[in-house]
Amino acid sequence: MILAAVGSIGVTHYLLVGGLMFTAGVVCMAVKRNALGVLMGIELVLNGANINFVAFGSSYLAGEGRSPLGLDGEVMALFVILLAAAEAAVALAITLNFYNNHGTVDVDRADDLRG
Amino acid sequence: MDLTTNCLLALHLATLPMALIDWHAAFFLLFALVACGAAVMVVLTDNVVRMALHLVLSLGATAGLFFLAGAEFVGSMQLMIYVGGTLVLLVFGVMLTAQTKLVTLQTPPGDRVLAGILAAALLAVLVQSAVSIEPWRQPGRAVTQPPTATPLGMALVGVRVDRQPVEVESRPRSGYLLPFEIVSVHLLVVLVGAAYLARAKRRRTPRPIDVVASADPPPPVRQPRREEREAASVLVGGGQ
Repeated sequence: MILAAVGSIGVTHYLLVGGLMFTAGVVCMAVKRNALGVLMGIELVLNGANINFVAFGSSYLAGEGRSPLGLDGEVMALFVILLAAAEAAVALAITLNFYNNHGTVDVDRADDLRG
Repeated sequence: MDLTTNCLLALHLATLPMALIDWHAAFFLLFALVACGAAVMVVLTDNVVRMALHLVLSLGATAGLFFLAGAEFVGSMQLMIYVGGTLVLLVFGVMLTAQTKLVTLQTPPGDRVLAGILAAALLAVLVQSAVSIEPWRQPGRAVTQPPTATPLGMALVGVRVDRQPVEVESRPRSGYLLPFEIVSVHLLVVLVGAAYLARAKRRRTPRPIDVVASADPPPPVRQPRREEREAASVLVGGGQ
């Protein structure tokens, strides 16, 4: 019943999932006071963008003819995963440094550079 | 004879609904619901440890979506790097900074309302743009796709085996050798930089957590070692 309502899966379904994950990540970045929560929001945003890359590159989901991106979408997704891992490592090091210096991970307390 | 026919008929009737189910759509629905629900739960909960758990669920379900889209190499990399690497990193960060007052940092209610409005607006724009394009709504076809690991590896060393030779002739530099090298050097720099940033420093002023920790027990009086006492007595003796 539900499956009949969904119908056959196309690119749009993947785009909807990616859009919801992107929105959740943006809200997570904006709302969380914990620096690690902000970091998780960034991961969600990158993951949502990755879903779009894979969906556009998949020849399984393309309706007729070839997919517009082809293999390039998957290569871009791989690069995004690599850069996300690198970014998580550096951001976590910065967070640990901040915790060592201030004794907290509350980003509202990181106002040392306020003019 | 009759029994065998009945059994075969019952078996046929039992397997008939299974054949009617679109398994691709069913698994897509499962993975999409888990991914979206866990992503929303990351936003809604205030506990850092539960946020990390929901992030694990969301990223793992996304790997399932990648497998369903035919990108099995990207899906396995997602599982290995994200779920295996990034989340171990995050969980270590949560454990290293977890104090009772930091585990649940409450968000002000005004911020929640504002973020809800922002999320609704952004989601409306994204859903509208995703649904409005006609060719994207066409259902996918059940093609058997060759494994993508070998074409991906060849593309990363600069040779495109997935394109036709005519396209390669028209666009000769379509490989990814240079980005691959840049990313590899970038990873090295990032690892060195992360180790540099997170190293234990010797500092002149005590850290706030050290001050808090040393406030309760009195600092133990350090007895001078034997060599220091001897050196001091030699100095004193030399003075006399």
